[in-house]
Amino acid sequence: MADEKDSAQPPVQGTPPAAAAPAPAATAAAPAPAAPAPEMSRRLFMWSLPVGWAAFSAASAAALVATGRSLFPNVLFEPPQSFKAGFPSEYNAGEVDVRWKDAFGVWIVRENEGFYALLATCTHLGCSPNWLATENKFKCPCHGSGFYRTGINFEGPAPRPLERARIVLADDGQILVDKSVKFQQEKGEWTNPEAYLKA
Amino acid sequence: MATKPAETLLSRTWDYITETQIWRSIFRHGMPSNSRNRALAVMSNVFLHLHPVKIRKSGVRLKFTWCMGGLTFFLFLVETFTGLLLMFYYRPTVAFAYMDIIDLAEQVPLGIMREIHRWGAHAMVITVWLHMFRVFMTGSYKPPREFNWNVGVILLVLTLLLSFTGYLLPWDQLAIWAITVGSNMARATPLLGHEGPGAQLLALGDVKMVHAGSDARFALLGGRFVGEGALLRFYVLHCVGIPLVAGILMAVHFWRVRKDGGISGPM
Repeated sequence: MADEKDSAQPPVQGTPPAAAAPAPAATAAAPAPAAPAPEMSRRLFMWSLPVGWAAFSAASAAALVATGRSLFPNVLFEPPQSFKAGFPSEYNAGEVDVRWKDAFGVWIVRENEGFYALLATCTHLGCSPNWLATENKFKCPCHGSGFYRTGINFEGPAPRPLERARIVLADDGQILVDKSVKFQQEKGEWTNPEAYLKA
Repeated sequence: MATKPAETLLSRTWDYITETQIWRSIFRHGMPSNSRNRALAVMSNVFLHLHPVKIRKSGVRLKFTWCMGGLTFFLFLVETFTGLLLMFYYRPTVAFAYMDIIDLAEQVPLGIMREIHRWGAHAMVITVWLHMFRVFMTGSYKPPREFNWNVGVILLVLTLLLSFTGYLLPWDQLAIWAITVGSNMARATPLLGHEGPGAQLLALGDVKMVHAGSDARFALLGGRFVGEGALLRFYVLHCVGIPLVAGILMAVHFWRVRKDGGISGPM
């Protein structure tokens, strides 16, 4: 606008003609030129800041959550938590059955009155004990914890008995063991009806 | 003034080499025979510029630093190089891992490479502790170096995590059960471990959000027990993840020594 006064005069030779020349013509045609409409109003600009940052932050947070979620696989190539362990008649009374130990980490103990399923996870630090039939006990190779066949700890550093898993009869008459439901002796849970399958 | 030394074939060749465009494009300064050029030699080199241009005379004494920080970095380089060679032979799967380790010792030429990697790892843990001990005893953790002390503590933890993740890779009984025991600690993570304090609070009604299949230990192992997923995750963390973070922090660590006034003076 400072040029206004100058532009009324004829352009001096030597001034840049491109910018100066159209100005007088425009002034002559429209004495009160409206300012060109801004591409973005001040109100729109002020709103676009928080909205834009909020959208960016939300997208970033969503990407972060999705990245974290990708660390938790939907499909595990692990043995299932519950399995069918055959018919009760396949077990001999008075024996600790080790046939499911490698695959599922469970011993099924058959007593005269019924069955219970012991989890083969040491209550000390989580190693897998072994059933030593000749010594009639479970023995952990890591730090030497020992457990009676009931699962009660009696030697070594293990602070509490082995845990028992839910054991019931499935509809087809097979034994069903569910490791996701655990019963702890020190909490008095071994008396739960699903901790012991009556024969 | 002094007469110029007589030109010889050797000096003419040297002059020719140092005036080629190749030489001058690499070295932007003269021979480091004076203070200015020595400073330029450090400052114009991307690796050396992390170091102070000058250090105190006392800082050079072996008695003061024991060279433990430098030895730790040297061992890190040894581990990086030997580890890279091991990666050419080692396959991180349950089917191959153990036998590949046996092959590395018995069948691969220069079979001591794995032993160097293993002993280097032990040595690095020792030197990093001794470095920390030296920094403590010389009071080098005090302002303005308190930030760098914290960077160093993180680097210590990363060193231990490198040892922990590398421990699983031979996939023998010792490895599997050691990591089983070690990773069981993650069960007790506050809020994020399914046996940890506060985990019971994160529940929607009866549905627990933090359980054995969704807690910190599960994310670490990629499963409910130490198996295929754990082997692969530990391998990736051991070979890429942790070294990458440690490398970046090491650059910060060295650079901060310079910015905080070089090696600390005697107390």
